[in-house]
Formats: sequence, structure tokens, C-alpha cells
Amino acid sequence: MLDAARTIVTRDLRLALRRPSDVATALLFFVIVASLFPLGIGAEPNLLRAVAPGVIWVAALLSSMLSLGRLFAADHADGTLEQMLLGVSPLGVIAAAKVFTHWLVSGLPLVVIAPLIALQYDLPQSLYGTLALSLLLGTPVLSLIGAIGAALTLGLRGGGVLLSLLVLPLYVPVLIMGAGSVDMAAAGLSPQGQLQLLAALLVLAAAFAPWAIAAALRISSE
Amino acid sequence: MLEAAGLECVRQQRVLFAGLSFALGAGELLRVAGANGSGKTSLLRILCGLLSPQAGAVRRHGAPIQALREDYARHIVYLGHAPAVKDDLSAEENLAIACRLAGVRVVAESIRDALERFGLSGAALVKKLSQGQRRRAALARLWLSAPLPLWLLDEPFTALDTAGVATLRGLIEAHIGRGGAVIYSTHQDPGMVATRVVELIVA
Repeated sequence: MLDAARTIVTRDLRLALRRPSDVATALLFFVIVASLFPLGIGAEPNLLRAVAPGVIWVAALLSSMLSLGRLFAADHADGTLEQMLLGVSPLGVIAAAKVFTHWLVSGLPLVVIAPLIALQYDLPQSLYGTLALSLLLGTPVLSLIGAIGAALTLGLRGGGVLLSLLVLPLYVPVLIMGAGSVDMAAAGLSPQGQLQLLAALLVLAAAFAPWAIAAALRISSE
Repeated sequence: MLEAAGLECVRQQRVLFAGLSFALGAGELLRVAGANGSGKTSLLRILCGLLSPQAGAVRRHGAPIQALREDYARHIVYLGHAPAVKDDLSAEENLAIACRLAGVRVVAESIRDALERFGLSGAALVKKLSQGQRRRAALARLWLSAPLPLWLLDEPFTALDTAGVATLRGLIEAHIGRGGAVIYSTHQDPGMVATRVVELIVA
């Protein structure tokens, strides 16, 4: 069972390394969207500091959305998904492995680069830790929830639009708590409450989403 | 080994086939023939559990495959219409991954050996291979699938040259010989001695 998970993780990482442009697209999108806001809003430091957590979180959300479409589509097109469905290990384990790898290549880079983006907004350095931690807890939830949508819209025409409509509303709690935690810290309060709620969401999503993804994959590959 | 009872398949509000029943024992070969769109692929997908039939059931040793799921997967190999190989991986990596997902333990030498028997070197990325070579890269899995009793092959002979067809025929006949069972679909009869032929006719 763990062998299958390891196989999928190494396979998807290898595929991502051989086609680095896919990974770079999502990351560049995040950087560009987050960098456009200061240009549009103007260089008022207090305003920038105030909008920074929200803007960075929305950019992370959209960037995570962008790479979701490819999560299962390629495997669906070349038939390897069928082989996963017919594998000897539970499909939920394989789905979890795929989502984990997706997060490694699309979510983790955002966590690493977010402090650099925060620099553009003149966010106090004391908030970098909270920002990175909130993204570290939040982006896997985005990947897990998004993967359910990606599995459901697999093979549909216009699936991309449908995926956004389906998944973005479900991202709202993560957005509120993620951006909220940084706002709390900025106001001098403890962000612990929000971060713990994010962690709880992550645990919940990690426990149940893989099985929902597995069921969705079975439905859409019929 | 495998038993289908009263299978009915409906795709896009059209009944492809209904009341299809057969039983397949060890050492038997089943050829699914029929025109394009008659439901050959759907039948094979139903038999391996990817598709649920509208009515009827597929049973292995009396137990419905929908209930067996992973236990059933441990006994079959299904090669579908798409070759199921990744363009950005080499034939060797593809084969190793396919075997590990199917729960078949193999060593690197036997993987290289299986690919060589189909005339592939294994190190080149699949995207550099031709259509026929991709098909060979997928079929090479059969060399390593002797322990799995039931083979379900969807149009295995397409895009293969005469040498490839001969190799595949040898493989299938050897599997039948050792008491396995093979179900495959094709438009034209490759001339293998089949115990039974199911003809699918569009309703």
C-alpha cells in the first residue's frame, strides 16, 4: 500500500521535473498577480500593509486553482489513470499520493516565496512566520478540496470553468482563516486560534478528501 | 474463472448489448468481435470493473467483482485502448511503475528483458517512440504478467507489425497453455485457435 503511494509520488515528481514549465507557470502566476496589486493600488505603505495578507492569500488561491486542471487530466488522457483504478492498492491511497505531490510542486513553492512577496507590501518581518505558517497549513487544504473538483470534472467539456465554480466557494473558509491569522498577528493579537482552525481543516480534509476523490474518479472514468 | 450473466450496456441512451452471458474457464480464449461502436471496449471495461453494467453481473469464482475490487485486481491485467504509458518517462520506468501498481514484484533485469523481447531498448523517453513502439512498450507488461490468471486486452493487435503480432500471439498462446484465460477484442481474426467466440451485434 505504501509502496504504491511511494511509486506515485516519485513518478509524479519525476514527471514534474521533466516538464518544469508546468510548475513554473503556477509559481510565476502567483508572483505576477501579487506584484500587480502594488502597481494598481499605488505606493501608500499603510494601505499596502493592510491589504497584503488578503492579496497574497487570494493570489495563492488562484494559483492553486490554475494547476488543478492538470492534476488528473493527463493521466486520464493517456490511460494511466485506468491502471491506477485497477491497481491492487486502495484508490484513496493513490489519490492522496497524487494530491501530496501536487502540493509539493505547486503549494510548497508558494509558502517559500510568500515572504519575498510580503517584502513588496512592506509587511513587518515579525509577520513572515505567521504568513508562511498559515500558507503551509492552508495550501494542502486547497489542493485536497480542489482535487475533488478536478476528479469530478474530469473529461468534461468546459471542465475548467465548472471546476472554478465548484471549488472556489469551498475555498472561502481557508481564505478567511488564512488571511485572518496574519491580520490578527498584525493587530498584535495571537493568531493561534485561526491557525489551529486551519490545522483542524487540514486534518479533516486529509482524512476524508482522498476517499471523496477516489469515488469521484470512479464516477468520471465510467 | 470468470462468469458474465445477463450483461446489459447502455451508452448515450443507446442499448449496445443486452442479455449477454458467458462463462470462461482456465485455459480458454475468448475473442470479442464486432463492428466499430458495437461495444467491444465497453464489454471489456465492464469485465475488468471500470464500468458498471446497466443490468447483470460479472462474477469471479461466484463472487461479484464489484464486491471483490482490489482482490479482483490482483488477478487481472487490463490493457486498454490507450497504451497507458507516460510520454515523459522511459519505457523502462513506465513498465516498472505499471508492475508496482499491479502488485507484481519484478527486478530491473526482467523489465529490460521484457522490453528487449519486443525490440525496445527501454532507456529512451516514450515521446520519442512511434505509435507501434508505444503499443509494444505497453504490451511488454504481458511478459511479466504470467502470475495473473486473467488477461483482458482491448485491440492488442492494432499498430503492431507482423513480428509484433507474432510475438503477441506467442505470448497469448503460452498463457492459455499454462492454464490462464485471455479475453481480447479485435475486428479481424488473427487466426488464433479460440475456444469460443462472442460476436457482439449492435442492437
